[in-house]
Amino acid sequence: MSDWKSYEPTLIPNIEGMHQLDTYRKHGGYEALHSVLHDSKKWPDPSSVVQEVKDANIRGRGGAGFNAGLKWSFMPPADGGPRYLACNGDESEPGTFKDRKIFEYNPFLFIEGATIAAYAMSITTIYVYIRGEYRSWIKKMEKAVSDAYDAGLLGKNIMGSTFSVDLVLHSGAGAYICGEETSLLESLEGKRGYPRVKPPFPAQRGLWGRPTTINNIETLSNVPGVIRNGATWFKSIGAETHPGPILYGISGHVNRPGVYELPSGMPVMTLIEEVAQGVKDGKKLKAIIPGGSSTPILPAKDLENLTMDADALRGAGSMMGTAGMVVMDEDTDIVETLWRISKFYHHESCGQCTPCREGTGWLEKILEKVVKGEGTSRDLDLLLDITSQMEGRTICALADAAAWPVRYTISRFREEFEARCKPSLVPVG
Amino acid sequence: MAKKGSKNTATNPPTSYSFTKEQLKEIEALKAKYPEVQAVTLPVLWIAQDSFGHVNPDVQALVAKTLDLPESHVHGVAEFYTQYFKEPKGKHVLDVCTCLSCGLSGGVDIVRHLEKKLGINVGETTADGQFTLQEAECLGACGYAPMMQITNDVYVNHLTPEKVDKVLDQLISGSTPDFESIAMPLVDSTHTTKRGGSNE
Ligand SMILES: Cc1cc2nc3c(=O)[nH]c(=O)nc-3n(C[C@H](O)[C@H](O)[C@H](O)COP(=O)(O)O)c2cc1C
Ligand code: SF4
Ligand code: FES
Repeated sequence: MSDWKSYEPTLIPNIEGMHQLDTYRKHGGYEALHSVLHDSKKWPDPSSVVQEVKDANIRGRGGAGFNAGLKWSFMPPADGGPRYLACNGDESEPGTFKDRKIFEYNPFLFIEGATIAAYAMSITTIYVYIRGEYRSWIKKMEKAVSDAYDAGLLGKNIMGSTFSVDLVLHSGAGAYICGEETSLLESLEGKRGYPRVKPPFPAQRGLWGRPTTINNIETLSNVPGVIRNGATWFKSIGAETHPGPILYGISGHVNRPGVYELPSGMPVMTLIEEVAQGVKDGKKLKAIIPGGSSTPILPAKDLENLTMDADALRGAGSMMGTAGMVVMDEDTDIVETLWRISKFYHHESCGQCTPCREGTGWLEKILEKVVKGEGTSRDLDLLLDITSQMEGRTICALADAAAWPVRYTISRFREEFEARCKPSLVPVG
Repeated sequence: MAKKGSKNTATNPPTSYSFTKEQLKEIEALKAKYPEVQAVTLPVLWIAQDSFGHVNPDVQALVAKTLDLPESHVHGVAEFYTQYFKEPKGKHVLDVCTCLSCGLSGGVDIVRHLEKKLGINVGETTADGQFTLQEAECLGACGYAPMMQITNDVYVNHLTPEKVDKVLDQLISGSTPDFESIAMPLVDSTHTTKRGGSNE
């Protein structure tokens, strides 16, 4: 892919003052919502909007990659009662720092996208859950939301139509688990963020027992573009099976870390060498974590022809996740890095399920031993054993997210772990 | 670091807590945004913490009474979320991220520097009640590592020991660092961008 240099960003365009409503509208902002509400030839009913979004195949940018329009189509028919859209701005997966860029640079794009989604699913209230640490960005959003209300773009009879919806900002208070969609619902209801057992799925019984859809902030921000330019346009951007713009967050040992908007399917090496301008201090690349801390690590030798889309990454033995890529140079202590990741998941486990509560604790403890040079190669096998007892056995996917890095980092960098270990003690007879 | 002069808020909290009329009005307005009153537990704990500096058991009781919810519910929520201070902390709480990307970029060195400078260990508060030092999990600023958050509010990015010292001086003198707008890098050049998201 060589045309990325001429790619025109649509989520975070390089336009001064885009965070202000008049500038946003001057550049086509709210044309999509207007068309949805008033152009009954193009959009005869809400389900036509759902269909267009489904055709576009916006794969969820929160990590799971599920087609947004397809998810919307799971909402039961409206029955006159309340229905909710919960927007996920919890953004807490280590390596991920993209949604806050939308809050800061293009808040109305997200608000417009959420409003269109609300129309498409006959939503009565939109709740936007933002991690509590993002206080500075919540303040920016408060201003944007209040401006949207003042301009008749939220609230009663939006843009002079019969459609009305409210939007409420809700601050978290420090808990990674609240990014998990059902934990987020519990937190919005004012409780501890314990994930719910599924089924029932949120589309059936979500917030206060009513139909609810949960989408990531970046996912919803792609909606106005799809409505304005069509699903075909969206599908023409980037990788065929995972189309559209992606906010790549690049961090770690690179010269120019940051969030870059580019088409999906970017070659990993182009992102590292050209976009982020190479590994720092002229060092060699050792490995990357492609999409947030839970996605399996990939050694440099596997990155040659790899592209950033769900299928290619799965083929390489990892995942797209949040496209928050963490780059590690040749001097990185892989053992210690894995221990730090495990410490995170142990800290964030909500403790409801025994395999997760106990498993994350053991992973951290044993890895700490290995870091200190006190582990044995039996401990490495024990770690792998613990991961297989955690995966797929819990209420939510945090346990899997904690297990994957351990499983794959040990299997892909076993020599480095072995080198840290004492020889196994052979029992003396 | 000087440890004299300031009142030790960490050991002399006021003994009774109440919301002002304005705050009660704010709480009523919040309730209108949700179908059930329980949903305002988190927002009201925030109002309380911003006002009293913490949500200790007495403050939790006030929140429960104000919302007519069981104390055990409010307590359970306050305990679950790490940003709520269940006891008084220093005037400035420094949350230094040592998670994945910050850990790779020197976050732990920043913690060690602060420990030396403040004469305390992680998790402790200086004797003058000015600073509490904490280690944080990923704060969503991974590209600007290492970084810290100050008392649940502003982020300070790209930390070096020199920058940390400056921030401490600033906090002691009574001002808070400004919001740091980080220009979005452009893809094909090293120039900064025209985008501005933070100049209101
Ligand atoms: C432990 C855990 C943490 C999660 N954290 C987030 C998060 O911070 N932000 C997010 O958008 N999705 C997060 N997710 C994914 C959500 O559960 C959900 O799939 C997503 O918000 C749906 O939106 P999307 O389909 O638009 O991606 C998390 C999932 C798990 C299991
Ligand atoms: S898997 Fe872990 S985080 Fe998820 S519900 Fe179970 S204990 Fe909680
Ligand atoms: S790892 Fe420190 S902000 Fe993400």
